[in-house]
Parts: sequence; C-alpha cells; structure tokens
Amino acid sequence: MSENREGFLAGSRLERVLRSGRFAVTAELNPPDSADPQEVYDAALVLSQVCDAINATDASGAHCHMSSVAICALLTRAGYEPVYQVSCRDRNRIAIQGDLLGAAAMGVRNVLCLTGDDVTAGDQPEAKRVFDFDSIQLLRTARIMRDRGVFLSGRKLTTPPRFFLGAASNPFVPPYDWRPLRLAKKVEAGANFIQTQYCFDIARFREFMRRVRDLGLHEKVYILVGVGPLRSEKAAEFMRTKVPGVHIPDAIVERLRKTPKPRKREEGKRICIEIIQQVREIEGVAGIHVMAYRQEELVAEIVEEAGLLPRPLRVGAADERRREHPRKWPRR
Amino acid sequence: MSLGAWLRNHPAALERAYLFTHRLFERLDPLFARMGYERAERLVRWPEELGKKLVFDCRMCGQCILHSTGMTCPMTCPKNLRNGPCGGVRGNGHCEVKPEMRCVWVEAYERSRAMPRFGDEIALIQPPVNRRLQGTSAWINMLTGVDARTPRGWEMGSQA
Repeated sequence: MSENREGFLAGSRLERVLRSGRFAVTAELNPPDSADPQEVYDAALVLSQVCDAINATDASGAHCHMSSVAICALLTRAGYEPVYQVSCRDRNRIAIQGDLLGAAAMGVRNVLCLTGDDVTAGDQPEAKRVFDFDSIQLLRTARIMRDRGVFLSGRKLTTPPRFFLGAASNPFVPPYDWRPLRLAKKVEAGANFIQTQYCFDIARFREFMRRVRDLGLHEKVYILVGVGPLRSEKAAEFMRTKVPGVHIPDAIVERLRKTPKPRKREEGKRICIEIIQQVREIEGVAGIHVMAYRQEELVAEIVEEAGLLPRPLRVGAADERRREHPRKWPRR
Repeated sequence: MSLGAWLRNHPAALERAYLFTHRLFERLDPLFARMGYERAERLVRWPEELGKKLVFDCRMCGQCILHSTGMTCPMTCPKNLRNGPCGGVRGNGHCEVKPEMRCVWVEAYERSRAMPRFGDEIALIQPPVNRRLQGTSAWINMLTGVDARTPRGWEMGSQA
C-alpha cells in the first residue's frame, strides 16, 4: 500500500478519525432533484455539524438525482468531507476510472465502491443496466489506481489519486454464512472501511461480527454500522418490502404499530439510538453510518442523544490544511 | 423440474464431469492446435453452447468459471456479478431483480459446499469480464489461454 509520510493512505478526516481509534460518525446526504448547488449546501450544513464525513449517494434505489461526483465536488469546495459513492449500475469501466480521477482532482479522498441497486428498483426501469464491473472489481481497480499509479489497462497516471477505500456489506440478507467471507474478499480487494446496510436486527449483527472477529477482519478494516430512524410502521413496511436489501424484524414494526400516532416519530428515533448504543458495545465496530431518508432533521438529534457529539472530530493535520486554504463558503 | 435444474443440484457429479471434460480437452489440444484454434472453435462452439445452455442456462461469456462458482453460472445473475451476491438478496433467498428466481449466489454458495474439489474456489477474486469473448467457446479459450488473460493493471493489483 502506498502511504504518505504520516502513514496515511489518503489523509482524509474519516481515515484520521478511524486510525486514531475514535468512534466515527458518517451520514448520508439526500441528493437534490435540482440544479441549484444551494440545496446541497443547505443539506450539508446540517449534517456537517454532527458527523465526520458526508456520503453522496450514486442514484440509490436507481432513482436519478444530482450525481454523486458533482455533489462531492460542491462539498469539497466548501471544505466539507465527502464519501464518494460509486455504483456499477450506470457506468462502464472507462467512465468509472475517469470519474475516480476527476473526483480525486476535486479533493475527494473517500470512495465507497458499490454494486448498486438494480434499475428495476427505480422509476426508470426501462433503462439499460451496465454492471461492467462488480463491486469487488471496482474496489480493486480503485486500489490499483492508487497504489500502482496506473489505469486498469496498465497505462500510467502522472499523479495517482489518494483514496481511503470503502465497500458495503449487508449481513442481514442471505446467504448469511457467506456474508463474512464476502467481507473478507472485499478486504482482500482493497477495502479500508465498510459501511453496512441498515442494522435493525442486533442478534443477526452480533453473529456476523463474531464470525468477522474469528476471521480477524475487524483488525484489517473499519466497520461502520448503518443505522437510521423509522418514521412509522408504514415506513418500515415500505422499506422492508420495497427497498432492496433492508431487513426489519417484526418486533420493531410491531413496536411502532403499538405506539400512538403523535409519538411514532419519537419512538423511531429512540429505536435508532438504542441500536447505536448496542452496536457500540460490539467489539470490532468502528463507527456508525446514519441514513435518515427524508428525515435529515433527525440526524442531529440522533447523534446528539446517542452521546456522539461534538462532531466533526478534530484530527490535526487535516484541520491544519484547511486553515492554510481558507474555506470559500458559497454565497448564501 | 427441468433436467438442467436437477443436474445443478448434484454439484459433486457436475464437478467430476467438469474435471473429465477438462482432461479430455487437454488431450485434444494437440489436435486442435494442428487444425488451428479458429477452426476448432467453429467445431466446438455450438455443441458447447447447446450442452451448457441446457444444464447451466449458459450465456456464452467465453470465460467459464463454473467450477469456481458452485457449478452455477454467474452470468445468469441479472447483475452479472462474478464475485458473490449483491446486498439486495431477499429474506427468502430470492433475487432482488427477479423475485420469482432464487438468488444465483445463494445457490452457488450452497452447491460449492457440496463440491470437495473446487468448492473453496468460490473465495477467489474474479477479474473483470473480457466482453470481447462473448459468444466464443470457453473450452477453446481455455486451451489458448485467452480466458485467463487480464488487463495489465489488474495483474499489478494482485501483487499490491
């Protein structure tokens, strides 16, 4: 691996926080259906005060929004720390490698390599699915660009990108036995950190982590557990039937159903906080990743009430660097 | 249940059949070399396609890794994933894209556990697909070595 003088792969804040052994918090930004950068900045402003890095999703659920590379470019311009999500659904290897370089040039240091939800999950199911790469091939290609300074073809890069590389994991869907081994494969392909699918099933996650520890993976990769609030039992039902890969146990849906209507939102938040507190106790968990779809305003409350403030954590050199190049805040 | 599905659920037998065919083709290699691989390819391709379509629902990617994927064709995964299941697998083990179909990788993993010889190869990292080989004979590509050729950068990655 190519590490710089301080021993960092990318020197991003996320990498520094995780390497320092502190509990990290990342959050997902809901991408706007808009050509106005202000909408990105408005969403980022709220999140940036309660997390260490902001994920820019790549047309998740196969719904078209502002592109993740553009959102990341806006975020770095304003001094925020993005995690650039790249999915294999929409672009072939040529486009993906070009975008990786472009993102790096824009100051992006964290990349999350994903397979991507299928086109049939979205509102344009007639689209052509690409999947030229799978997520593991994408991950390794990004690592080759970083560590070997070449494209997949072997052609040299004049300046290689510096990336802290991430991958996803979903311990909550079959084949359960293989999920820890698939994680091992991702680590071998180059994953430095993992962000999991929504965790609502603590028992299942504990079992997964036990296997992960047996394989020694928790010492090779930083695992951030996906969490998020549920608005109501209806939202839970929608998510577990309509959103690919989300598993919500009946007990949680039932708990929301029994809660009187005005308190449902609060109860959803409480469940989320309880899950955070439980996963924090599990050995090998390095942080959480908050995904609050259409409930961004709740992220701050969740992070605060889970006792995870102040954020973002100060990490030395990354903050220094930011001081050298003063933030250019967008016009508000 | 179709013949193909029945056979696929006997992965250990398929594994032996694979090994047998592999050896057979290696034996035939000098012959193919003499007649020229292009001519051999014309000869081999259609029976290969016929047989593999019947048994594996083969998509003729031309770089067969069946023995490394539980004798289950990864190209029948709607996302063409070659390194394992996506995160969209349904709770009942069915496919995110085709709810009526069991996930190709759920089946691949189950079957690989019943394969004493190549079962563990499911853990190997598979390189990106060479799309130029689509529609050609994987057996001939194996003999010429073209199926194992990966981009130069990929090779460097395996040493990184």
